[in-house]
Amino acid sequence: MELGDTAEEAEFRHALRAWLAGALPALPPAPDPEDWPARRAYDMEWQRALYDAGYAGLHWPRDAGGQGAPPGRHLIFLEETERAGAPYVGAGFVGLLHAGPTIAAEGTAAQRARWLPPILRGEEVWCQGFSEPDAGSDLAALRTRAVPDGNGDYVVTGSKIWTSHAQVADWCELLVRTDPQAPRHRGITWLALPMDAPGVTVRPLRTLAGTEEFAEVFLDEVRVPAANRVGAEDDGWRVTLVTLSFERGTAFAGEVVACRRLLRELAATARSSGRWEDAVLRRRLGRLHAEFTALWRLVQWNVSEAGHTGRQRCTGAPGPGAPGMGVPGTGVPGAGASVFKLRYSHARQELYDAAAEVLGPDGALDAAADWTAGRLSSLAYTIAAGTSQIQRNIVAERVLGLPKGR
Amino acid sequence: MDFRLTDDQLALRRGTRELLEGRTGGMPPRGGLDRALWRALGDAGLFALALPEAEGGVGLGLPEAVLVFEEAGRLLLPGPLAASWLAAGRLGVPGAADGTSVVTALDAGDGVPVEHLAAADRLLVLEGGAGAQARLARPEELCAAPVRSVDPLTPLHRVSGRTGAAAVPGAAAVPGADVALLRREGALLTAAQQLGSAGRTVELAVAHARVREQFGQPIGSFQAVKHLCAGMLERVETARSVVYAAALTENEDETAAAKLLADEAAVRGARDCIQVYGGLGFTWEADVHLHLKRAWLRAEQWQNTVTCEESLAAAI
Ligand SMILES: Cc1cc2nc3c(=O)[nH]c(=O)nc-3n(C[C@H](O)[C@H](O)[C@H](O)COP(=O)(O)OP(=O)(O)OC[C@H]3O[C@@H](n4cnc5c(N)ncnc54)[C@H](O)[C@@H]3O)c2cc1C
Repeated sequence: MELGDTAEEAEFRHALRAWLAGALPALPPAPDPEDWPARRAYDMEWQRALYDAGYAGLHWPRDAGGQGAPPGRHLIFLEETERAGAPYVGAGFVGLLHAGPTIAAEGTAAQRARWLPPILRGEEVWCQGFSEPDAGSDLAALRTRAVPDGNGDYVVTGSKIWTSHAQVADWCELLVRTDPQAPRHRGITWLALPMDAPGVTVRPLRTLAGTEEFAEVFLDEVRVPAANRVGAEDDGWRVTLVTLSFERGTAFAGEVVACRRLLRELAATARSSGRWEDAVLRRRLGRLHAEFTALWRLVQWNVSEAGHTGRQRCTGAPGPGAPGMGVPGTGVPGAGASVFKLRYSHARQELYDAAAEVLGPDGALDAAADWTAGRLSSLAYTIAAGTSQIQRNIVAERVLGLPKGR
Repeated sequence: MDFRLTDDQLALRRGTRELLEGRTGGMPPRGGLDRALWRALGDAGLFALALPEAEGGVGLGLPEAVLVFEEAGRLLLPGPLAASWLAAGRLGVPGAADGTSVVTALDAGDGVPVEHLAAADRLLVLEGGAGAQARLARPEELCAAPVRSVDPLTPLHRVSGRTGAAAVPGAAAVPGADVALLRREGALLTAAQQLGSAGRTVELAVAHARVREQFGQPIGSFQAVKHLCAGMLERVETARSVVYAAALTENEDETAAAKLLADEAAVRGARDCIQVYGGLGFTWEADVHLHLKRAWLRAEQWQNTVTCEESLAAAI
């Protein structure tokens, strides 16, 4: 067990800090949150700057265009960029944090060469076409059909929903049904869909926060080349689980660091407004401090377990040592990802609820306040990327080995 | 950074579990403090883990101590383990390292009764804040009366009348032992025991939920039961990360976080386990109540919830 920096890690941290100090002042002002094309441009420009400086795809394998650095390097990156107030991954979320890692783990050499460099260079944006109107928690119920046309293409028809950033995406990680006769989990295929293909229609949906952050995507006889299939035909459920592990296990890691900063801001506000004198509120903030301290350690634990070559740490006890809590050596987080996702989602909501108490009615009821916007969007965390109920099912069945529900 | 346990640490954990299970049959020892077991723990180096090898210790550190204390917590090993560990290491109390001398502690001002006072050979007295020195006394010097302890395996004494220095006038200062440091390490080792207990109650709940059948199926197939168990594991894993981290960083805030979350994992884990056990959980025979009662006790000792939350708030 070692949490400190190695000599290389310290050197990396130092160099990154110096680079950020120079790069951040050169950034253009942040765009209007409602202007999605401008947001995309801003996020991509930042990603390009990271790429040029050698900070893109740090923990991605070298043959996937990454730097092949040990997993801890990415965590240092998250700590330092947050500390310096650098932009967040934004529109790059799906490409950098789960579609890209999935292609790196499951794609062919040609697929990696085609899709990964543009993600790292900030040229192409990905979105996630998993959920459908009748397939949410029960993702394997998805019905979007892909029929081989005999010339090596799939013809895809169906609809997806809640697709974040669809209106500014170039590619979509799309789950389709290729064999309607097979048992549900066996007839699914993972495709990369070009969003500009004829037959793709995107209709933005307004969230409860009032923004058009996600959309419905209609697919009407869209042709997708078979070369865009990641993994074998009908083997997409396995690939999907890889994607979901990244999405739940590591994609939110950076936000934990951000929450620690938000908590500091909140405490400063409470101290200057006098709310700090309220012992109940103060203790609530103290507990949040413990929460985000622990969540960051949990991220470090999961990343250490998944990222290193080694054996399963089977102790017979449930816990990080138990089978299924990590997949050593593969970089793919195990079911322990669900423990993190579950805990983090609730901690984030609690942070914004505590913020409302600190700000009092005047601040908490003002929709224009950043804290209110944050409070509204925090409501998505226990729903998106698998609801909390679904995460608990996964923990109970896959980690603890309780009998599957019927 | 590589947060994984090393091979040596894994071996230490395994060895400790084997030793303790061999000695206790894997059940919480019912007879209170067992001096022979205490000696065996001493012989195995449990109390001297962090002492340099030249001083007869094992030359390891807090992370290893935490792994060993977690195992002790799993089995609800009775006794003032944290106080004896501090006495053996930081304070160099003769006999503490090899387990011939049992050392218990009184933290003046926190109002927590003293455990195993009658069985102890020495009493550690903590008073004041950073910079203050710990003091050592003979247990019989403390003016205290027995309490009917909620934890049947941990006899407790309540200090009567005077508190702190006044309660043990004969206590002598121990040089070099800062009270704040002792409190921090005591809290961490107590958190480790709570973590062990919490890990054990998830195991017990899951094992029961797999075999107990109602409505023609294992109760573990009911989602309400599954979600209770999932919540238990979530709390254990979150606590584990921060307990291990605090052992590495030796940071005060992180230790407070570790104690807070491990207390919660232990107390709520035991309660949920009782719920999963049903009527059986409410009996004296099932071990689960022992986990809850010990967890309540340990949650009060060495920084309780209020102290932890307040110090964490102050540190934001
Ligand atoms: C902000 C946001 C962004 C999103 N972005 C994307 C995206 O980019 N791409 C994408 O594919 N999807 C996206 N989603 C969709 C998200 O993954 C789904 O909303 C989620 O999986 C739940 O599905 P559902 O909405 O159909 O709800 P349902 O599955 O209908 O669930 C409704 C309720 O029933 C409960 N429930 C359902 N089944 C069970 C069960 N077996 N046991 C216990 N309780 C159960 C759920 O927990 C929930 O409380 C996004 C969602 C949000 C909110």
